[in-house]
Amino acid sequence: MSFSLLVAQLINGLQTGSVYALVALGYSMVYGIIKLLNFAHGDIIMVGAYMVYFAIASFALPPIVAIILAVGVSTLLGVLIEKVAYTPLRSAPRLSLLITAIGVSFLLENGAQLVFGADQKSMRSMITGTVSMGSIKISMAAVVTIVVSVAIMILLTFVVNKTKMGKAMRAVSEDMGAAQLMGISLNKTISMTFAMGSALAGVGAVLYLCAYPQASPTMGSMLGIKAFVSAVLGGIGSIPGAMIGGFAIGILEALVAAAGFSMWKDAAVFLVLIIVLLFKPTGFMGKKIQEKV
Amino acid sequence: MKRFKLKTPARYGINTALTVLLYVLLSLIVSATGLRGEYYKGIIITVGINVILATSLNVVCGYLGQLPLGHAGFMAVGAYAGAIFMKATPVANLLRAGNTVAVIPYIIIAILISALVAGIFGLLIGIPALRLKGDYLAIITLGFGEIIRVVLTNIDSVLGFKFTYGASGLARIPKFTSLAVMFVVTALCLFLIHVFMKSRHGRAVLSIRDNEIAAESVGINTTFYKTTAFVFSAMLAGVAGCLYAGYIGSLYPSTFKFMKSIEILVMVVLGGMGSMLGSVISAVVLTALPEMLRAFSDYRMVVYSLALVLMMIFRPKGLMGTYDFSMGDSIEKIVNKVRSKKEVKE
Repeated sequence: MSFSLLVAQLINGLQTGSVYALVALGYSMVYGIIKLLNFAHGDIIMVGAYMVYFAIASFALPPIVAIILAVGVSTLLGVLIEKVAYTPLRSAPRLSLLITAIGVSFLLENGAQLVFGADQKSMRSMITGTVSMGSIKISMAAVVTIVVSVAIMILLTFVVNKTKMGKAMRAVSEDMGAAQLMGISLNKTISMTFAMGSALAGVGAVLYLCAYPQASPTMGSMLGIKAFVSAVLGGIGSIPGAMIGGFAIGILEALVAAAGFSMWKDAAVFLVLIIVLLFKPTGFMGKKIQEKV
Repeated sequence: MKRFKLKTPARYGINTALTVLLYVLLSLIVSATGLRGEYYKGIIITVGINVILATSLNVVCGYLGQLPLGHAGFMAVGAYAGAIFMKATPVANLLRAGNTVAVIPYIIIAILISALVAGIFGLLIGIPALRLKGDYLAIITLGFGEIIRVVLTNIDSVLGFKFTYGASGLARIPKFTSLAVMFVVTALCLFLIHVFMKSRHGRAVLSIRDNEIAAESVGINTTFYKTTAFVFSAMLAGVAGCLYAGYIGSLYPSTFKFMKSIEILVMVVLGGMGSMLGSVISAVVLTALPEMLRAFSDYRMVVYSLALVLMMIFRPKGLMGTYDFSMGDSIEKIVNKVRSKKEVKE
């Protein structure tokens, strides 16, 4: 493999990886705060992608409107799911919550199949053109994707570490009961976390469409699972961890595909997941949780 | 007053009699309805396969209290193992000749092979997976299930010869799953689960579900019992896969997607995690109902998932909770009630 091809594959990997990272952030935040593996998160991306598709391909709206629409609808959907499906189960066993999340995920997938049709909807790419660096050509979409996601992650780190809302989130994820006693509104904080996570999913949907300009009802499930793998790899609950994990999974996929095993891509990702879970379940950056009797 | 109590042989006798009665009833329905009977037979066989799948998942999900999401993977392994064996035997010719008796040993061997291979996979997956809990266990089994599917799709290109026929599917499998085969195997599977759960090993599994730390502290080898239950469940799923292969006649890796695992999970959860009766009822209803309501087949999965969410919000225990039906107990109860009434009169 020539050097320029390798670099091109790495850039490709970084591009997919940044989408994974954005989605992984949503998983990580929600998991950090209510210890729920939000299976529906991937399907929020799917809904966001459909919004972009309809805005651009059907109604020929300018891309900025499409982006606002996708992020807005994703955010609303995320909060709605939290309010309707997860809030009533806050004191229920974790298993019930997990099953509910699976149910919501399948509801969204099959609902989308009914409403939007089972076929793939293809559209023109939103960003075209390439940037040349010597002999290496990088697509504009890849540059935008990577820059946007890194910027968002920096912003998010700032929000979580420096603002009052971020402090509340960290407090709730540390100890829900104690946070409530300190006067933090649980409902507000959890909803806010869902809103932020889902907004990131909306951005992820837009960026995903830049790379692969097509939407289908089941696009979210595999994307979501891979993003979750990224979150686990990086250490669930950690923002820089989600970012590193996302990039790592993206690059891994690109390299496996470049080596001629593109059919084995999914298996490779899951293999990484299994190895990580077995040998370092806390991931790269995660904190160790001790079980108390 | 002396309480009326059924002896164990009598209990088994009653249950066997009822099972035979059910079989006679089902075969009467199939033969009496003529041409439509074939259609009904198909539904009944699918119901039987789903009953095995749901009850076997219930062993891990309900009795052990873990949430595996890779059940379809074990079914796939069992199905391919059984199908490849059956294709290598002269079963197809025997079936064509109408020699159903000579086929029986082959069917038994195929089912045992399926169970064995699925069990080995269950062991290989269970040992690492069961070190984790809750969400992590769910996601790791999901990962294993997907890996099994990817391997089944792509293994031919690695091996260099035709083994699973990849995405184009393993076709022309002898269709050995008749109504009788399905019924006997399903009944045996249910019986095995029942016996296992009533044994001390089953009690140990239940104790792990209720409180793992407490179970460990009274000397139960939790790792051993968790793995045992997991392997047992995988073996039964393999048996269901074998029956499925023999019923449908051709296998595609895409059948055993993540979606299939969820479908089985829906049956267990709606029926009530930890209730065999619940699993059986919901497997029957959820398989037969969509067939009856063909017009609404588009909405099937939407209704499934909606039911799952609503059930979790309003009745998280499922339809039956952990209640299990026992014919013997019910008869005892009725007889005792009648007797005590008589005594009051006297």
